[in-house]
Amino acid sequence: MKPPKFDYFAPDSIESALTLIAEHGDDARYLAGGQSLVPMMNFRVAAPSALIDLNGIATLRGIKVDKNSRLHIGAMTRTREIEMDSTIASANPLLHAAAPHIAHIQIRNRGTIGGSLAHADPAAEMPGIVLACNAEINSIGPAGPRSIAAGDFFEGIYSTALQDGEMITEIVFPPWPAARCWAFQEISRREGDFAMIGIAAWFDLNETGEISAASLTAIGAGDTPLRLPAAEEILSGQPPGDVLFAEAAQAAVNELDPGSDLHASAEYRREVGGVLVERALKTALQREAPGYTA
Amino acid sequence: MTEQHHLTLTVNGRAHSCDVEPRMTLADCLREKLDLTGTHLGCEHGVCGACTIIVDGAAVRSCLMFAVQAEGAEITTVEGLADGETLSVLQQAFHDNFALQCGFCTPGFLTTAETILAENPSPTRAEVQSAISGNICRCTGYVPIIDAILEAAERRRAGKK
Amino acid sequence: MTTSSPYIGASVKRLEDRRFLTGTGRYIDDVKLPDMAVMAIYRSPHAHARINSIDLAAARAVPGVIDAFCAADIDMDLPVIPLRLAPFDGFERFLQRPIAQDKVRFVGEPVAVVIASDRYIAEDALDLIEVDFAPLPAVTSVDQAASGETLIHEDAGENMGTRYTVGRGDTDDAFSDAPYTRRERFTTNRHGAVPMETRGLIAEFDPDAPLLRLYGATKVNFFNRRHLAAAFDLPEEAVELIETDVGGGFGARGELYPEDYLVPIASRRNGRPVKWIEDRRENLTATNHSRDIVCDLEIATSNDGKILGMRATVQGDMGAYVRTNGGVVASKAAQFLPGPYRVPSFSCDVQFLITNKTPVGTFRGPGRFEANFCRERLLDMVAADLNIDPAELRLRNLMEPAELPYRIGELVPGDVNATFDRGNYPSALNQLLDEVGYADWKDRQGEIIDGRAHGLGIACFIESSAAGPPETARVTVAPDGNIEIRTGASSVGQGTETGLAQICADYLAIDIDRINVLHGSTTLVPTGGGTFHSRNTVMAGNAVRMAAEALRTRSIELAALRWNTDAGGLEYRDGAVHRGDDPGSILSLAELAAFARSRGPDEALAADAAFDNEGKLSYSYGAHAALVAVDVATGVIEVKKYVLTEEIGRALNPAMVQGQAVGGLVQGLGGTFLDHMIYDEDGQLLTGSFADYLLPTSTELPEITAIALEESPSEFNPMGFKGAGEGGIVAVAAAVGNAVVHALNAHGIQINDLPITPNRLRAALRATGT
Repeated sequence: MKPPKFDYFAPDSIESALTLIAEHGDDARYLAGGQSLVPMMNFRVAAPSALIDLNGIATLRGIKVDKNSRLHIGAMTRTREIEMDSTIASANPLLHAAAPHIAHIQIRNRGTIGGSLAHADPAAEMPGIVLACNAEINSIGPAGPRSIAAGDFFEGIYSTALQDGEMITEIVFPPWPAARCWAFQEISRREGDFAMIGIAAWFDLNETGEISAASLTAIGAGDTPLRLPAAEEILSGQPPGDVLFAEAAQAAVNELDPGSDLHASAEYRREVGGVLVERALKTALQREAPGYTA
Repeated sequence: MTEQHHLTLTVNGRAHSCDVEPRMTLADCLREKLDLTGTHLGCEHGVCGACTIIVDGAAVRSCLMFAVQAEGAEITTVEGLADGETLSVLQQAFHDNFALQCGFCTPGFLTTAETILAENPSPTRAEVQSAISGNICRCTGYVPIIDAILEAAERRRAGKK
Repeated sequence: MTTSSPYIGASVKRLEDRRFLTGTGRYIDDVKLPDMAVMAIYRSPHAHARINSIDLAAARAVPGVIDAFCAADIDMDLPVIPLRLAPFDGFERFLQRPIAQDKVRFVGEPVAVVIASDRYIAEDALDLIEVDFAPLPAVTSVDQAASGETLIHEDAGENMGTRYTVGRGDTDDAFSDAPYTRRERFTTNRHGAVPMETRGLIAEFDPDAPLLRLYGATKVNFFNRRHLAAAFDLPEEAVELIETDVGGGFGARGELYPEDYLVPIASRRNGRPVKWIEDRRENLTATNHSRDIVCDLEIATSNDGKILGMRATVQGDMGAYVRTNGGVVASKAAQFLPGPYRVPSFSCDVQFLITNKTPVGTFRGPGRFEANFCRERLLDMVAADLNIDPAELRLRNLMEPAELPYRIGELVPGDVNATFDRGNYPSALNQLLDEVGYADWKDRQGEIIDGRAHGLGIACFIESSAAGPPETARVTVAPDGNIEIRTGASSVGQGTETGLAQICADYLAIDIDRINVLHGSTTLVPTGGGTFHSRNTVMAGNAVRMAAEALRTRSIELAALRWNTDAGGLEYRDGAVHRGDDPGSILSLAELAAFARSRGPDEALAADAAFDNEGKLSYSYGAHAALVAVDVATGVIEVKKYVLTEEIGRALNPAMVQGQAVGGLVQGLGGTFLDHMIYDEDGQLLTGSFADYLLPTSTELPEITAIALEESPSEFNPMGFKGAGEGGIVAVAAAVGNAVVHALNAHGIQINDLPITPNRLRAALRATGT
C-alpha cells in the first residue's frame, strides 16, 4: 500500500506555506500530523499532487493562557502534548480528559489538534470538544486571517468551513470556571477506537445552585459533532438532580438522528447517547459536589 | 514530477545518507535504503504498530511518516536498543518472560515500551496495558509482554542498566 | 534408555529470541536478492463478473515497469490449486486456477500481474490497468448459494460443493421417544488467522538449470514442492522451498495459493528473481478466511438431562473456490459437535456451499471453535429448561474414563478408525470448576456489582492433534562439538527450535547451547511432514528423540572402532562414550565427529529418523470458564476473569505451553467479540482494513489462568505428548456466550450468533423491553 507521487515542501513560516499552496493549486494539501492523511494516501484514496509540510513552522505550536484566561493552543500542537500538559489540565480539564481517548500514544505523538479539526471525522474527539467549549478556530488563507466559531466550523463528514488554501493557526478556548462541572464519556469497540457514540458535557451552577449554562455535545452521532440544544434547554435554570438529568437524556434521545455503520446501528447510537448523557451529567455533578450520589 | 531529495538521517547514533522520493515512507527508507529491516510493516495504515520507531524520543508509526520529514531527527530503531552484544534490560526481560513468539510485532513493542519507561519509570499494570494498546500481537495474548515491561521497569529502578 | 531430563519439562528460554529481539530476524520481506524485481497483483474489485477485456498497455508503459501479464499471456496450462485435506468428492468442480480467465468469483481474485523495479511503481501501474467487467449478481449467503439461482461455477450446475451425512445410532428413534428436545440455529462469524506478517514469496526460476527456488514457504513445504514441481513440469529435486522466519501462521499461511504459482511464472518470464509481499489490504481478501458456518442443532434428552441424541445440519460457507484445506472447517464442525460427551445417537447433514467470497481454509481449531459454541450454548439452554445446574448437566454427560477409548470414526470421512484415546474428561472439568470458584458463582448468576450484571459461563471441549504424514529429523555432530538438527517440520513462531533442542539436549545429555536447529526448507532433509494441527512437538519431537537415540548408538559404534574394542563394553552418558574397562577413557561427541570425518569425506557422526504415529491422533480435552460483567444499558461486555484447563499429555516447555494457551485464548476473545469479515450484498468486503477488521489489543484482557494438565499422556508417541496449540481457543466463544446469557438471566436473552457485540446485545435487550 504505497502512496502515489507528490511534490514535497517544508516551509518554515506561515507566509511561505501560503505562497506554496497558492502556487501548487487545488490538489496541494497541508500535511499536519499525517495520522489521518497518510493512511488515506497509502490506500490511494487521497492523492495530493503536493504536500506542504507544516511540521517545521514553530509559530503554529504552543500552549498558553492569555490575561483574559483564554486558552490558546497552536494548531500544530500534538494531541500527546495536550494530554500531558499541566496548564491544560486546569485551563480546560474536559479537553485534557478527552485527549487520552484519541487512538493510541504513537498516533498522539504525531497527530495535531489542528489536523484533527481540519479532517473533521464525526466520531473524533477534538471536534466534539471544541464544539462543546464554544471555541474559536483561528485560520489564515489567501484571503487573510479570520476566526471561525466552532459552531460554524463543521459542515459535514470530512468537511469544514475552511476554504482552499486555508490553514488553522490556533484554537482559542473561552475561560473555564474552576467550579465547572464536566464529564466526557464514550463507547468504542476497543480502547482508542473512534467512538460509536460519545458525549461531552459541562454545566455551571449559579449562587443559588441552579444550572446557569450547560453544554451537551455528541460525537459519532451524525455527519458532524452535534450540540444538543433541546437537552441543554431542559437543564437551563434548573437545580441539578437525577430527575432533571433523566429528562435531559430523553430529550437528547429525541434530538439525536445518527446513522448506522458496521459497528453500531442508528438505534444503538441514539439509545446509548441518552444513557451517556445521563451518566455524564451525574459524573459531572459528582466532580463538583462530591456529596451527591448518582 | 517529483524530485529525489537527498537526506541525511541520524539512526541509532549514526548518520546515513540516501536519496529518496518524497513519497517513500520512513519505514520503507529504513528497510530498503538503510538496510535496517528490523522495523516491520504490518498494515501500512497506522493501526498495528509493528513499524513503531522512536523519533526525537517519541514512539511514532514509521509507515505514516515520509523519510523526507525525518531529516534532522534523532531516530532509534530496534537495531539500536542493544549495547553491542548485550541485550538491553527491556530486551532481556522480554526474553525472560517469553514475551515473543513469532517476533514480528516485537520491534514495535520494544521501541514503544522504551518510550513508556523513559516517561514513566514506575508504571502500574493498567498504565502499561493502556500504553501498549496501539501495538497488536497475534501470538502471545499480551500478558507476558506486560509482565516483561513491568519487570524491566523494576530492574531499572533497582539500578541495572 | 533414560535421561536425566534437565530440559524436557522445563521452561527453557527460547533459542530463537535473540534475532527477533535485536531486529535481525530474516522474514521474507527482509530477503533481498541481486537483480530482484517486485511484483504487485491487480485483484478483482467485483465479487462476481465476466471479464470482457484486459488492457495492460498503459501499465506496461510506466517507467520502471518491467512486465505485466494476465491469463492470456501465460505460456502454460494453468494448473488447479490441489486439495490437500478433506478432499471430498465434488470439490474437484470448484478448484481455483492461479489467475482469473473468463470470470472473477470473489473480490481479491488475481486478474493481472505487474512486475516493476519497486512496489511504489508497481502500484502506479496497477492504477492504469483497465479491465472491462460485466458484473453478475453476487451470492453472499449459504441460503442464496443453496437456491442455485445464480451459479458461480456454471459447469458444476450447482453451488453445493459437496454434501454428506455422518452419524451413529438411531436418531429418529431417540428423538421420537425423548421426553425433552430443543432445536436452535446458530451462526458463527467469518473471520481469519490474520497473522501480523502478511504473506510473501520470492521466486528464482531458471528453467534451463532447471531450478525453481521459492523463498517464503512454510507449513507444508514438501507437499507444496511436489505440486509446484508437477505444475511447472520440473523434477522435484529441481524445486527448492526455502523457509525464512515466519510472522505467525495460525493455519492460514503456507497453503498453496495463487501467488505460489504467479510469482514463479513472473520470475520465469523475466529471467530474474521476483518478490511479492502481500499488503494488509490484500491479506484481508486474498488469504483464507475461516469459521463461517450456519448450524441447525437439535438435542434430545431424558428428563434428568442425559443426552439421548443430537442431530444437526452444518452449512459451511466455503467462499468462491475450494482450496487446499478442502472441507476441513465444516467437516470438523460436524465431527466435534458431540464433543467429549456421551451422545449415543448422532446424525449430521454436512453441506459445503460456494459463495462469492474469499475462499475458506483452516484457522486454529477449525470447526471446533464453531462446534463448541453451538453445542455448549445448547447445553446451557437444556440446563435452564430442565432446571439442572449447567456444570451438573455436563458432568452427567461427559464420558467417563471407563468408556474410553471410544471410536468416533463414523463421524470422520476418510478416517473410519478415528478414536478418542484414554483420558478423564470429568476430572478436567472439575479442576476447572474448582479453580474458578464455580460453587461460589453458580448461585450468583446475574448479580449486579458496581452497576454491571455478572455471569459465569462454562464449556467443555475435546481436540485432536498430530495428524498427517511422518516427520523427519537429522542430527549431526560437527567436529567442534556443535550439534545441528535438521527437520522437515516448519516453524511459524511457536518455538520449534527451542522445543526440539530441548529434546535433543536431554537425549544426548549435552548443553542446549551447543544445538542449532534448521527447519522447514526442502533443502535440509529429503522429506518432511510439515506443521499443522499442532503436530510439531509430537511428530518432530519424537523424530528428534529417535535420531538422538540413533546417534548415541552410532557414537558407541564409532568409539568401538576408534578404540578397537567391543561395543558391548562401552556406555554413552553425559555427552560422551565411556569405557567400562578404563573409567578415565572418554571420547566426546566432538572427538567422535572428527574421527568419523577422518574416515572419509562423506562420513559423519549423524543419524536420521522419521516418526510415524500411523494416523493415531491423540486428543487433548478440558474446559473453559469466563466471568463477565455486562453494562446492560450500553451492551458493553468486560471479561473479568478467564480460566481454562487443558490436558496436554506432557509439557515439553511449560512456559511455551502457557504461551499457546494464552495466545489462543486472546485470539478466541477476538473471534468472540471483534474479528469479523463482513460482506455486503454485492460481495464487497466492508472490513478491508484494520480500521474495520478489529483485533484484540492489550486492553481487552481478563485475568487469565491457564492450567495445563499432564495426567493423561498420549499412548501414541513414546514421549506422551499431545498438541497444545489449539486448546486455548476452541471453547472461548462457548464459555463467553454462556457467561453473557447468565449475566443477563433477568432479561431472558439468548446468544446464538457470533460475534457478540454491544450493538447486537442492545438489540436483543431492546427486543425484551429492557
